[in-house]
Amino acid sequence: MLPPIDQIKAALERQAKTVAIDGANLVVEAGDLLNVCRFLKDSPDYAMDYVSNLTAVDYPPDLPAAPTGAQTSAAQAGRIEMVYHLFSMAKKHGPIGLKVILPRTTPVVDSLTKVYRGAEFQEREVYDLFGVRFEGHPDLRRILMWDGFEGHPMRKDYVVENQDEPIAARPAA
Amino acid sequence: MALDEGLRSELQKSGVYVTTWDQLANWGRSNSIWPLQFGLACCAIEMISTAASRFDIARFGSEIFRASPRQADLMIVAGTVTKKMAPQVVRLYNQMAEPKYVISMGACATSGGPFHKGYNVLKGIDRYIPVDVYIPGCPPTPEALLEGLVKLQERLKSHSLAGEIAAKQGEYAIPEFGKRGLEPRYNASVWQPPERYFNTPTTPDPSKMAPNNT
Repeated sequence: MLPPIDQIKAALERQAKTVAIDGANLVVEAGDLLNVCRFLKDSPDYAMDYVSNLTAVDYPPDLPAAPTGAQTSAAQAGRIEMVYHLFSMAKKHGPIGLKVILPRTTPVVDSLTKVYRGAEFQEREVYDLFGVRFEGHPDLRRILMWDGFEGHPMRKDYVVENQDEPIAARPAA
Repeated sequence: MALDEGLRSELQKSGVYVTTWDQLANWGRSNSIWPLQFGLACCAIEMISTAASRFDIARFGSEIFRASPRQADLMIVAGTVTKKMAPQVVRLYNQMAEPKYVISMGACATSGGPFHKGYNVLKGIDRYIPVDVYIPGCPPTPEALLEGLVKLQERLKSHSLAGEIAAKQGEYAIPEFGKRGLEPRYNASVWQPPERYFNTPTTPDPSKMAPNNT
């Protein structure tokens, strides 16, 4: 069984990482992400060797601020939260939820493919739908939409094209 | 038919059957429509169960679902057509030999269905290729698909084969991937938006949107 979340937080803080708690998830700084994941993967107590879910949540600027401790001005200006769920196949426990808060204007984070190979396609999906760039990803390109597509559909301010608009109504784009 | 029905039934009783080439050809081709294997989403499961033993589409002549469009008469578009898949659907339709027919199975192929507000959903395959029979449902039951097939058979029986061969359709334009959707949005020679859509707002111009949206 996984230790309670306070213990995981304490263990990580002993490794000199700044970690906050948001409900059942741990909020990690963007720069610490890879080290935290390596620690959780390599440590014999946790052995989190499987990332089962990797996604993002878009908070546009006009929504209420984050309930976590990260009350920076960047959080007020709108943020994208990366969410990771780690499981352990070896010890059959989990999940540990990790969150990374990124600024909405230029969301960049380290790619988890250096630690978990299975994150490759999921990071491509987040890049395609939210616009988050992953540094160190071996093949960062769109996976669901086609390559020439512009825009990131899962952002809250994305407007789907109006397919019923008559063709002659707009000048040829 | 130039023959009196009473006379025809009299002749039939004595074992003489009178028909025309058209009727014979239409009987043959409507009772042996070979569909193309073309399941896209959940409606494909209902199509599979129609082809299985309980509902048995083979009773209606659709004995084999062909894998190649060159050998198929009918394309049952079963499932949501995404914008990414739409050019391939049109390409496959172009590769079928005439006379060819399309059944739009389910709500998604007819009009986008429950996902019509999706960013990657084409609101109906009839925007790019002509559809003969629409089957509503989400998914339609196998009986509904068979009813659609029967309606298509009635259509085949009522059209002259020579007329269908003479009316060559040609190839339909394949849409391309644009910046925010397919180009063109629909094929104007196949489909026109209904009148009530003429007052809907236009798609916003990407160059005028907030910078962090690209």
